[in-house]
Amino acid sequence: MRAGLIAKKIGMSRVFAEGGQHIPVTVLHVDNCQVVSHKTTDTDGYNALQLGVGTAKVKRTTQPMRGHFAKAKVEPKAKLAEFRISDDAFLDIGAEITVEHFVAGQMVDVTGISKGKGFAGAMKRHNFAGLRATHGVSISHRSHGSTGQCQDPGRVFKGKKMAGHMGSERKTILNLEVVGSDLDEGLLLVKGAIPGAKNGWIFINDAVKKPANTDAPYPGAVRAVKAAEVADDTAAEKSEE
Amino acid sequence: MNIIEKFEKEQIAKLTEGKVIPEFSAGDTLRVNVKVIEGERERIQGYEGVCIARSNRALNSSFTVRKISYGEGVERVFPLYSPNVENIEVIRRGKVRRAKLYYLRPLRGKKARIAERKDWMKKPATAKTEVITPSEEA
Repeated sequence: MRAGLIAKKIGMSRVFAEGGQHIPVTVLHVDNCQVVSHKTTDTDGYNALQLGVGTAKVKRTTQPMRGHFAKAKVEPKAKLAEFRISDDAFLDIGAEITVEHFVAGQMVDVTGISKGKGFAGAMKRHNFAGLRATHGVSISHRSHGSTGQCQDPGRVFKGKKMAGHMGSERKTILNLEVVGSDLDEGLLLVKGAIPGAKNGWIFINDAVKKPANTDAPYPGAVRAVKAAEVADDTAAEKSEE
Repeated sequence: MNIIEKFEKEQIAKLTEGKVIPEFSAGDTLRVNVKVIEGERERIQGYEGVCIARSNRALNSSFTVRKISYGEGVERVFPLYSPNVENIEVIRRGKVRRAKLYYLRPLRGKKARIAERKDWMKKPATAKTEVITPSEEA
């Protein structure tokens, strides 16, 4: 199991396939996604990579977080997230994972925070049919109707679908196809819609319900230039010492 | 320019490579050559009619072509940048005062005629052709 990616939802667009078919795609932007820290079984009880993406102002980063980023020698990140991995899928701290981490044609699971709908009625929230338009129905055309039986059981069962808060929750869409990627721009194209508003944070993982794609790089696609720079930096530091 | 606009501009550049999309508007009579796949074979099929509407939405741009086929009105909406649209020929320029010619739908025969634009004939045809619409270049 390898790490995923953090991205920002940019919006939807269209791609024409070879045969002229339209493929609706969501454009995701992966902006400098770097490994910030490791979680290991020895120290934390589980294996995970903590990834960071985007850039945060140093002034607005708290002192403890500045220390955390300084330890990893990365710029302060706008968003941090952990990805559970198997023990052979660790990437170096500071390594930048690129969009080529996912290859075209592979299936991914995409997680995002869905758009908030506020307090929604049973029709919108649970697809209830509502009441009739006529035949004596008064003022309650969009209500849910009966919520149970009579004196026995004399109560409404727990979990009864009713009106309430809808949306603004973490949702995962399984098995979306990766249509393509743009390494220079850091764009990833995923077929279909993805939960959340534009500019929302999105987590992309390999599909759990599909066999692992053999073309996808394991343990991950790391930008080579960045790795060289890191090596230079460490060499320079050593020479200073 | 935002990321989506940039992405779509790149897509358009890729799709229009080696292709010339002539300038045309509602009222013009067009011949759209469409790629049709029959089993293994691919061939070009012409579709000729009056352009009754254009929708300019960058990559999602489309145009509607109406014709009367065997006495029955037929409308087809073509995505402007679809790889299935081999090329578009402008056969006749029409003089109309609307952007959308939906009023043609219930009309037949004489009433459905569109006068020809005479001013277009004076200019050379090459000056009227362009690869990308001006708004895309801006």
